[in-house]
Amino acid sequence: MLNTKSAPTQARDNLISQKVTNLPPSGIRKFFDLLSSVEGVISLGIGEPDFVTPWHIREAGTYSLEKGYTMYTSNSGMPELRQELASYLELRYGLSYDPEYEILITVGTSEGLDLALRAIINPGDEVIIPDPCYVAYPANVILAGGVPILVPTGEENNFVVRATDIEAHITKQTKAILIGYPTNPTGAVMSKKEADAIAGLAKKNDLLVISDEIYARLVYGVEHICFPSLPGMKERTILISGFSKSHAMTGWRIGYVAADRRFIQALTKIHQYTMLCAPAMAQVAAIEALRNGESEVEKMVQEYNRRRRFMVKRLNEIGLPCFEPKGAFYAFPSIKTTGMNSEEFAEKLLLEEKVAVVPGTAFGPCGEGFVRCCYATSLPNIEEALKRMDRFIRKSRLKSE
Amino acid sequence: MKEIFEILEQNGRATPEQISTMVDKPVSEVEKIIKQAEKDGTILKYKTIVNWPKLGEEDIWALIEVRVAPQRDVGFDAIAERIYQFPEVYSAYLVSGTYDLALLVKGKNMQGISSFVTEKLAPLERVQSTVTHFLLKRYKENGETFHLPKEINKRLPITP
Ligand SMILES: Cc1ncc(COP(=O)(O)O)c(C=O)c1O
Repeated sequence: MLNTKSAPTQARDNLISQKVTNLPPSGIRKFFDLLSSVEGVISLGIGEPDFVTPWHIREAGTYSLEKGYTMYTSNSGMPELRQELASYLELRYGLSYDPEYEILITVGTSEGLDLALRAIINPGDEVIIPDPCYVAYPANVILAGGVPILVPTGEENNFVVRATDIEAHITKQTKAILIGYPTNPTGAVMSKKEADAIAGLAKKNDLLVISDEIYARLVYGVEHICFPSLPGMKERTILISGFSKSHAMTGWRIGYVAADRRFIQALTKIHQYTMLCAPAMAQVAAIEALRNGESEVEKMVQEYNRRRRFMVKRLNEIGLPCFEPKGAFYAFPSIKTTGMNSEEFAEKLLLEEKVAVVPGTAFGPCGEGFVRCCYATSLPNIEEALKRMDRFIRKSRLKSE
Repeated sequence: MKEIFEILEQNGRATPEQISTMVDKPVSEVEKIIKQAEKDGTILKYKTIVNWPKLGEEDIWALIEVRVAPQRDVGFDAIAERIYQFPEVYSAYLVSGTYDLALLVKGKNMQGISSFVTEKLAPLERVQSTVTHFLLKRYKENGETFHLPKEINKRLPITP
């Protein structure tokens, strides 16, 4: 074997930090590479809206460029946007945040998450995360110097984490609980009772709660519980959200954090050194989204709901049992009866029937035996994908008999 | 219930089974609502939007502004009725502003439309004047865009 190592890596093998070297690669990335090699795939693996941002919002963004909004904004974000957000949170959840000191505009929910974790974690602090969870949570905790502690959830409780299970994982090092309901990848939502139990635990053990509510607007037939609106939780919850899912604005990179002044001050400190401010054009667009976007949000939610019902019914019919997901745009059916594990199922389904789903294990060990199917794609696509999945399951049953 | 019609308005070929799943109502109930709506005129007709220019067939269209003298007791309705019964008239509206009736008229060629205007419409007793605008290009009709931009797949095939 020839030595093909380039000079610098020969000179030193600590070029990349230990932390990053040890960070496991995203389970989705691996699948992405495989997917790129297959043609004619119907993808149920895309975790973002298939709608283009509503026209009035795009138009506002374009107009902002024409008017020359091309400079840095205030670190915290445009005052009008923070004001609109304060009114929005007041109106929807009865929460009152001071737009000047308690709201920070970020580059997507992603930045908010990163800031929140970096702002609160001391080396070795533990952060409790329900498993399965959004791929970035454990990685973000590790990058911030903390230790992610995964708490298992399962089908029997519709993938909502139980307070008693969290309690069993609390140690002296526990600093915070990081939750995201409605949940990517399961579509689970939390009831008032379940949320209250976790709030009680946080108070009893003096823990912070980081609540990623990016899917708050995508709920079906239930009310979203905004975590900081629970009694006594506003001062110990860092609320993180954004416009990506509610207003189909993933590519704009715009989100926000709302929390007690102590936290926002700390987060802003990091934000001003690392990011300066969120994109100006996206901030102007977000103002328009809040002022005039309601009917478009409702239209999209209604459309997702139709697709959701369709997909869940078909999954159950073809023999992939699926609990009713009441939020986000994911269904999380069990594939255990096929005898395959998640990765095997997803890989074979892709190669044999050209349908992409994401193996549940990409979201944590408790995702084993499940796959994530996203219904943010057209009904005809969903129909065809399920037809193919049906065929795939029948074939594999015949083979194993 | 409204949702059933919204779905049908988007896709006239949606089956009662599909609709039933989407709105979470039994098939029999969906079928009943549709039958009833067909009977009572809530659903007027099922049509197909054809992109005729694709077949090389293009009718000529004109938007005609008509000023008319209203009639005692019946207002504009009587004259409107006389006008909209002509098969050339595709749509007819009573509008506010500087003229009274707005007509969308369809013809095989320009000749056809001008003879409709000069021989049938303008000579009507209560018609005072007409202004004809020929349509040059159709961008959007009944909520549907005509010249669809080429579909490019902008989304990555898989995202977290
Ligand atoms: C649970 C969750 N949080 C955060 C994000 C990232 O959102 P943003 O685009 O606002 O950074 C996503 C995107 O998929 C998500 O699913």
